[in-house]
Amino acid sequence: MRENLSPGSKLLLVVIFLILYAPIFYLIFYSFNSGGNMTNFEGFTLDWYRELFHDTRLLIIVLNTLVIALLSALISTIIGVIGALVIRDLRSRQAKNTILSLNNVLIVSPDVIIGASFLILFTMAGIKLGFYSVLLSHIAFSIPIVVLMVLPKLQEMSPTLIDAARDLGASRFDVLRKVILPYITPGIFAGFFMALTYSLDDFAVTFFVTGNGFSTLSVEIYSLARQGISLNINALSALLFVFTLVLVIVYYFITQRNKPSGMGGKR
Amino acid sequence: MQNKFTRNLFFIPYALWIALFVIAPLLLILYYSFFDIEGNFSLINYQKFFTPVYLKMTLSSFWYAFLITLISLLVAYPTAYLLTKTKHKQLWLLLIIVPSWINLLLKAYAFIGIFGTYGVANSFLEVIGIGTQQILFTDFSFIFVSVYIFIPFMILPIFNALDELNPALVYAAKDLGASSWVTFRRVIFPLTIDGVKSGCQVVFIPALSLFMLTRLIAGNRVITLGTAIEQHFLVTQDWGMGSTIAVFLVIIMFLIMLVTGKRKRGV
Repeated sequence: MRENLSPGSKLLLVVIFLILYAPIFYLIFYSFNSGGNMTNFEGFTLDWYRELFHDTRLLIIVLNTLVIALLSALISTIIGVIGALVIRDLRSRQAKNTILSLNNVLIVSPDVIIGASFLILFTMAGIKLGFYSVLLSHIAFSIPIVVLMVLPKLQEMSPTLIDAARDLGASRFDVLRKVILPYITPGIFAGFFMALTYSLDDFAVTFFVTGNGFSTLSVEIYSLARQGISLNINALSALLFVFTLVLVIVYYFITQRNKPSGMGGKR
Repeated sequence: MQNKFTRNLFFIPYALWIALFVIAPLLLILYYSFFDIEGNFSLINYQKFFTPVYLKMTLSSFWYAFLITLISLLVAYPTAYLLTKTKHKQLWLLLIIVPSWINLLLKAYAFIGIFGTYGVANSFLEVIGIGTQQILFTDFSFIFVSVYIFIPFMILPIFNALDELNPALVYAAKDLGASSWVTFRRVIFPLTIDGVKSGCQVVFIPALSLFMLTRLIAGNRVITLGTAIEQHFLVTQDWGMGSTIAVFLVIIMFLIMLVTGKRKRGV
């Protein structure tokens, strides 16, 4: 399959990559603009970054976003792993498929539906809109992706490993702690990172369930962007881009390490 | 006996999640769709949905989603195909995915700058002699930005399908005298149709429900089902009507999933 690409094909790929990355670098480029707009580059300045770090309100919002992302990723990973274990233990194929379909509902549902229905749910349950409603919704929509990341690892694990451990006298808890969990760790990490990015990226759901007093970065950017251009956002986006790159690199190394599938793989 | 008890205890968090955050929200949406704006039980929302205003909106929403999906597919398929032929294809794929991890709002914001009256797009048009055009707040900008955002999600499943394709089949077709086009039409495309289907699924459903892009990029000129739901829930506070549209969106979603079938997923 490895022929050399024709120049035309190469050109197409280059154009696609250019289009994909141009807007991002465009934002970052103008974050150093002393001119104050996104059209004329007048001179190099770091003022926007300085201003960003002095904007306490925005820093609190960044902090909120990070706290929500980390907490929701952590909790959803725990529940997701439990879910994957439960699904694996189900005997009947039909029950398994039903649970899996239910699991996937939130992945395929449009954000607006999730947001609107959670808004109704929280209002009816009497949960005040704010930190907890946002946290709960982020946990809720991150769980299924964790399940989907962990389940294949569980299924690829040979059942003889568990049988052997049981034969050798391990208790159920020991089996879980010393055999199953170490084996599926790469899946758990992948799930955690996916949950983290889901939470950091989410706008629509948060927009519905966030009250007046609480805001995350996406919601804040939305309201700023509706007012027009301010280069603070550019500076912020440059920082977020670097942050995302770090996440991607970490994620890449986790999945790479995960590849030479360790002992006991069924394949 | 004791085992079974601990096992059920173990099951609780995940089961609770399914009950509270998957099933309950869907039921609540259905329930709310039967109430008018004053909170009386009625079918008026359904009657309203079948008036020309809402039907026209649904149709135009479908039309936009269709265009977005089609264009994404037309760009994504060749790109994915060429990607599978590059050296280090996993790395290139990762580079395609990175922009999809950048916050959606930031990308939309970048395009406000690029497509603005004095933005680069217009300076470019000026240079090649077409002159300044209104780009932002048009159908073109809406579709362009949507395609931009969805392209990675379309490329990923198609790439995976193409990557799994056994090259021997392609060689066989060529040996037997098929032209490149016939090979593509009769061998490559049918064998990767699953990837195309899941790509269309992950683009079409969100494209029906986009709402911040319609506000930021299309300047309220385009109204999708998602925009309508957001409008009813957060602006006019007519939760009943919003829920009714949501019910239809959920039905459409299930229909699309039936059509595009298979449990295989891309993202």
